[in-house]
Amino acid sequence: MIWLMTGIVCWFAGWRANVVLSRLPRTRGTSLAIPVIFGATLIMIWECVVRGFEINPVLLPAPSVIALTFATSIPTLWQDFVQTAIKGALSGYVLGCGAAFLTALVIDRYPFLQRGLLPVGNFVAALPIIGMAPIMVMWFGFDWQSKAAVVVVMVFFPMLVNTVEGLQATNHMQRDLMQTYAASYGQTLWRLRLPAAMPFVFNGLKISTTLALIGAIVAEFFGSPIKGMGFRISTEVGRLALDMVWAEIVVAALAGSLFYGGVALLEKVVTFWHPSQRQTR
Amino acid sequence: MKNVVPVLTVVAALIVIWYASAVALNAPWAYDKAKRADVEITFGEMVADTMRQKKPKLPVPHQVGAEIWKTTGGMVAKGRAFSKRSLIYHSWITLSATLLGFAMGTGLGIALSVGIVYNRTMDMSVMPWVIASQTIPILAIAPMIIVVLNAIGISGLLPKAVISMYLSFFPVVVGMVKGLRSPDHMMVDQMKTWHATGGQEFWKLRLPSSMPFLFPSLKVAMAASLVGAIVGELPTGAVAGLGARLLAGSYYGQTIQIWSALITAAALAAALVGIIGILQKVVLKRMGMAS
Repeated sequence: MIWLMTGIVCWFAGWRANVVLSRLPRTRGTSLAIPVIFGATLIMIWECVVRGFEINPVLLPAPSVIALTFATSIPTLWQDFVQTAIKGALSGYVLGCGAAFLTALVIDRYPFLQRGLLPVGNFVAALPIIGMAPIMVMWFGFDWQSKAAVVVVMVFFPMLVNTVEGLQATNHMQRDLMQTYAASYGQTLWRLRLPAAMPFVFNGLKISTTLALIGAIVAEFFGSPIKGMGFRISTEVGRLALDMVWAEIVVAALAGSLFYGGVALLEKVVTFWHPSQRQTR
Repeated sequence: MKNVVPVLTVVAALIVIWYASAVALNAPWAYDKAKRADVEITFGEMVADTMRQKKPKLPVPHQVGAEIWKTTGGMVAKGRAFSKRSLIYHSWITLSATLLGFAMGTGLGIALSVGIVYNRTMDMSVMPWVIASQTIPILAIAPMIIVVLNAIGISGLLPKAVISMYLSFFPVVVGMVKGLRSPDHMMVDQMKTWHATGGQEFWKLRLPSSMPFLFPSLKVAMAASLVGAIVGELPTGAVAGLGARLLAGSYYGQTIQIWSALITAAALAAALVGIIGILQKVVLKRMGMAS
């Protein structure tokens, strides 16, 4: 009963604080504090509900239990992280995005390919490519190479479509200006079109970060060595050790956010000139 | 229509590449078989063999086509369209979860976006989490959602639909928030001068002007929802559905079965997204917004 009361109190306190804060003028502090308070409130409510209703830990472990499991099994989690996120997702991400970028440059050079490959690329980008996972596992074995291969096919088309779109982002005036400067194809590409394409390229890169982790984790459901985040999740679910599963999910969330945040940071540095990145006062 | 020739060329090239890689990938097994049978085979025989293997590394398109026909049209012809060996049955299982999840996700997405647009507190506290929720590889949680919901007695369609919902609400939220905010100051002021109530402003201005934003989001959401349903079927122990076909195929090395499930899933995705595309054309035309 006490726990339930605490939960309700937390709920009202958190909500009240956010209402008050959101009335204040929007600054860096408030726009950071409000979501943090919201998240903390949710976790508190979760904790209180689990304790208050005495929910079976097999169904839903309390956040404190998850934190404890996380702290005690850091070596395992780190090993899984390296196997899945670094070896599987990151290498596939680099390969896939790199290949897509180069392909986009080629497509851009030849209008015929552009008209032929783009509709196909758009179509493929909407397909459930994750289904390629069992095939890749069959071709490339159980270790991280097959996961990287799944990631490559998953990120390729979103990245390709975005990059091609970005390369078309310049207008006639700008290209004409380059022409009057007697710029070669390479110079136009390097000095005008690639910089102009960067916001689109980063859009593709950001979409791909999530896809890469999803691909690497799901591919492990189809077979993997005895480490890796997907492997750990599916086996621990089988043993009903849900606190470990949640700890692994925390790792996945951290890895996903860091990955995304890293790319977003890079975007800030590279496309500092773009209106969406300029500091608003 | 001028795109038809280039698209067909590219598709034809892809099919040629498919055949070529099938021959290349399956050749070692063909040679291996011949060696054990102690016969010399010519190149032509080898190529023919690569297209006839029972468990090839990469089945050729016509093998996959034959398998799909055998498990769809062929079953219908025998009057057993919904038997457990029929892909129609498995597609239906996946499709129903996809559609339910899509409907739930779209509903949740629209509700959230209305809240975010009309409530400043909600905008500032929920929106960052909506975005953060998508940096988490949610599909990783799929097995757990299935097992936990199963433990409290919910099984079958709903757990898969929950996963689909989680994947499909995000594009809808993002698109609808943008759409509901798309009327500019002039239009909102105009509504004010007409003394429109909040409800009237929503139904007659904001909602209609969000439609061009809603449909592209729905297409993305539908594709995501199908992925969710397929992945949601993996941990249920390969009972039914396209995802189960994939898993069973990968356990027993039935590559032709994997590919036929994959192609069916692709066709399903294309059809679903196509239907939304047609809906978009009709609705936007009726509303006078067709581009």
